[in-house]
Amino acid sequence: MKRVVITGQGTINALGNDVVSTISAMSKGHCAISDMDFPNIDRLSIKIGAQVKGFDPKDHFERQQLGLYDRFTQFAVIAAREAIAQSGLIFDGELAETSGVVLGTAGGGLQTQDENYRTVYEDGKNRVHPFVVPRLMNNAAVSHVSMAHNLKGPSFTVSTACASSNHAMGQAFNLVRSGAAPVMVTGGSESMLCFGGIKAWEGLRVMSHDGCRPFCATRNGMVQGEGGAVFVFEELEHARARGAIILAEVAGFAMSSDAGDIVMPSVGGARRAIAGALKDAGLNPDDVGYVNAHGTGTAANDKTETAAIKEAFGDHATSLMVSSTKSMHGHLIGGTGAVELLACIAALKDGMIAPTIGYQKADANCDLDIVPNEARHKKIDVAISNAFAFGGLNAVIALRSV
Amino acid sequence: MAQAVQDKIIEIIAEQAVLDPSEVSTDMTIEELGLDSLGLVEAVFAIEEHFEINVPFNANDPAASEFDITSVKSMITAVQDLIKVQNG
Repeated sequence: MKRVVITGQGTINALGNDVVSTISAMSKGHCAISDMDFPNIDRLSIKIGAQVKGFDPKDHFERQQLGLYDRFTQFAVIAAREAIAQSGLIFDGELAETSGVVLGTAGGGLQTQDENYRTVYEDGKNRVHPFVVPRLMNNAAVSHVSMAHNLKGPSFTVSTACASSNHAMGQAFNLVRSGAAPVMVTGGSESMLCFGGIKAWEGLRVMSHDGCRPFCATRNGMVQGEGGAVFVFEELEHARARGAIILAEVAGFAMSSDAGDIVMPSVGGARRAIAGALKDAGLNPDDVGYVNAHGTGTAANDKTETAAIKEAFGDHATSLMVSSTKSMHGHLIGGTGAVELLACIAALKDGMIAPTIGYQKADANCDLDIVPNEARHKKIDVAISNAFAFGGLNAVIALRSV
Repeated sequence: MAQAVQDKIIEIIAEQAVLDPSEVSTDMTIEELGLDSLGLVEAVFAIEEHFEINVPFNANDPAASEFDITSVKSMITAVQDLIKVQNG
């Protein structure tokens, strides 16, 4: 089996419009959650979210592209540009024909659906723009990234709700590890912050009105974010041969299914995914220094995740640093695992352990070292990132410093 | 009226072809304009929106459509006829 390393990273999310600004915001414990701004917000009871602000698509795309790119595609294309530029790779010849793109998204072109349902139902118009279908399809982001960078190998979209990006990156990892592709561009993006998107979530009654406080006794739900992150996964010898800068190694990946409930998480499913990722990477529990938690800030997730971490890590659970960066960038649903991998890379590369902000009061059911409120600086060798989706689909990825 | 329709259609086509309206002459063909299939569909949409008409155009086989897209001139004539029939 080949070894897989990360040679590029890119992002746009509410914390920053690139990797440097995002990591800087995380290290300062900045909160990007605030009042949202979009049509009909007055009819929503949930008014807060982590929106990407100060972003004008016209600064990044030509008219033709703007007509074809939903916001989730815009985020993916921008993040991919940054990641691929950092990697220094240019895809042509055989490299182009064997390298591909795997991205995660849950809602796909939800903004496009929302706008055009409004056009036909609310405005009563009988005609929609001809590009509604190519904009809204869940694979639009993957396809546009492939076209922008001449990636002609295996490419597809993975949609597993909140675990979409982790599942996507796991597929990319295994494609490179198996030798099927020398390079895979992978990650995910999401843009659900629109009237219909938030209205649907309101119905579930799992959203917080006042903030995201993972693992805190006063937590009262999740807060949504938007954006994306994209990485270049490259076969180790391929990267070394061209003298690429290696950010981290992707050491292992595992998936599990709860086969239990469509919304409630399970300790067993989460534990099996965590333990599976360590086994896949050939790591012992005490090799791990940092866990980027799923940490949604809901009563059920954080309690369940704490129990799963304790079962998977045993005695080492108390010496682990575990944080949920969703407290800062919100829950990006299908794009969340990708943005959270940035925190894992920063932990390995710079020793910057991103905090869980908004922490007010200890909860006996969440008694882990959750790096409350302030970033910590400590050298670690292994970080894992958890993602546990609605529908009980779990995906955990393990990174190692190189 | 006829001149206004012609000017608007040229404006729509020019935008899709990424040309200045002054560079578009009525005897130019779709190929000469460099309009691809998506650009053509978007132009038809813009024509429908602006003139509040339905254009009988099938992207599966544009040549077989009732809407004659042979040239800028044929499109202008077709739109003028559609306006007459549909908006009386």
